[in-house]
Amino acid sequence: MRFLAEDRFKEQRRFLHFFLKNPLNVLGLVTVLGLIVVAFFAPQIAPYPEQGIGLSQVENRLLSPGLQHLLGTDDLGRDILSRIIFGAQVSLRAALIVISVVVAIGVPLGIIAGYFGGKVDEVIMRICDLFLAFPPLLLAIAIVAALGPSLINAMIALSVPWWPWYARITRGQAISLKERQFVEAARAVGVSDFRIVFRHILPNCITPVIVLATLDMGYIILSLASLGFLGLGTQPPTADWGVMVSNGRTFILDQWWFSTFPGIAILITVLGFNLVGDGVAETLNPKRRK
Amino acid sequence: MKRFLRYAGKRFLLLAFILIAVSVMVFLLARVAPSDPAASYIGPHARPEQVAEVRIKLGLDEPLYVQYAYYMRDLLHGDLGTSIRTHRPVTGDIIHFLPASLELMFTAIIIALIVGIPLGVLAAQKENTLIDHLGRLFAVSGVSLPAFWLGLLFQIFFFRWLGVLPLGGRIGTYISAVSPVQNITGFYLIDSLVTGNWLALESSIMHLILPSLTLAAYSTGLIMRMTRSTMLEVNREDYVVAARAVGLPERIITFKYTLRNALGPTVTAAGLAFAFMLTGTFFIEIIFYWPGLGTYTTMSILAVDHPVIMGVTLIVAIFYVLINLVVDLLQALIDPRIRL
Repeated sequence: MRFLAEDRFKEQRRFLHFFLKNPLNVLGLVTVLGLIVVAFFAPQIAPYPEQGIGLSQVENRLLSPGLQHLLGTDDLGRDILSRIIFGAQVSLRAALIVISVVVAIGVPLGIIAGYFGGKVDEVIMRICDLFLAFPPLLLAIAIVAALGPSLINAMIALSVPWWPWYARITRGQAISLKERQFVEAARAVGVSDFRIVFRHILPNCITPVIVLATLDMGYIILSLASLGFLGLGTQPPTADWGVMVSNGRTFILDQWWFSTFPGIAILITVLGFNLVGDGVAETLNPKRRK
Repeated sequence: MKRFLRYAGKRFLLLAFILIAVSVMVFLLARVAPSDPAASYIGPHARPEQVAEVRIKLGLDEPLYVQYAYYMRDLLHGDLGTSIRTHRPVTGDIIHFLPASLELMFTAIIIALIVGIPLGVLAAQKENTLIDHLGRLFAVSGVSLPAFWLGLLFQIFFFRWLGVLPLGGRIGTYISAVSPVQNITGFYLIDSLVTGNWLALESSIMHLILPSLTLAAYSTGLIMRMTRSTMLEVNREDYVVAARAVGLPERIITFKYTLRNALGPTVTAAGLAFAFMLTGTFFIEIIFYWPGLGTYTTMSILAVDHPVIMGVTLIVAIFYVLINLVVDLLQALIDPRIRL
């Protein structure tokens, strides 16, 4: 088993080559990068930053898209484009936090279960089974309903059903790694379990976790928007795409732009992350490399 | 077969554990809620001593494990408690609203299979061509679309602009007055069909189109992607390559060799998609004023009606677990290569 830096570099270049060959992967990547820029510079990009944060201007309510307001205004006279841009910031940040929490809980538990095996493994996996027994969004809805609606609670509620996936995937990875020669060799020369886990197991578990996390970013943003739509997520006046779609519902038949544009924002974002995640998974699938 | 039975036995043991654990979790969830169940039961204007009385009546003064025992006892009698909002038993309400949701879900999954499998096969045959890329964009869009938003777009387009389909509801108000559906199964399509109520049947179908299409979007994408990728995997298997080398027509190879072996994972995907619809339907029902479990639940969420929220969570989780179990067992039965 050779683990030379050169090999790894070659492997990465090969991956990049296959990944970028598909135009849809490139499209997804560009979308995601663009989104991050928009979210990061929201106050500079948004035409009416103070309305993006929540300032209302009722005399301008429900204006149709035009030069002053490219995507129109909402029922409180706020510029929809600015709200969408600030909404990007809110959802990206929230989704990143959820992913970090989920990885921070799931990955260590998965490694412990996989590496040590036996009773510990059994207990951790049965707990995972329990959380996976609920449809994720339903469990989240029930948790927010119990804790009370807020963005923080929505984030907690989404983390609870989500971490077992990460525990499962790392467990599988850890199990296959611990049989490998370089780990057995380390153990034979008396390296401590702690060191083996941090030096050999953890770094080699990263790739599948990153693939899963990219795929999940889209779903978490979509789920946050769904909770927002039900009134269980972000609370006004903070901008949230799901809440905007929901508020626009009252005016859907005449002021179509109110719900439509925030929905497009959700679609583009989730689509971008899904294309990237899907592309990464497909490029890494060894069965398809023949 | 013996191995399959042993596997099935193991799965059923696990099922028992999961169901008990799920009930504990739902029970705890209702108890960690910051709002006092006794206070919400009696209403906002009660005096403290009245609340205390209700607390004793509901057994809320007992230790947690005794409360759980009560909860379990009621549960085994099919009693999920009483709704705070409607003052009716939750079990009865769920039974009343479930058929509407199931009718929507079954229609949607049939649409998803009819559209998803052929498109997946087509995309696989045209791998890496423009058709394949467009197909992938279509499929990934399907799973990326916020369903609640797609529903609104359909309403704008088909109701407001074209005026060909109804905005929402399960049946026209006029029809339900002059020619109401006789309640037999709770499925309007079946009930109106067996009673020969053509007016109601037509109206039900018209009302079903938009919500079921919206609900089907996600599953169609999922099924299509799954069909495509397994078709491509099977396509590179030796026996398919051999069949092609012998000169069998491509049509026969697709339908007799590849598709047949690719259907296993597709069935799994369809099962999962159907299970996901259990929550997906919530959003669709709100948008289309569909009188099903989703509308019932979301109205209860807004009213902080804990017995309903927890009852529905429990029932839906049980359905979800059972669907997953059936899918896994089917998969093991169809595909002997799966290590049991």
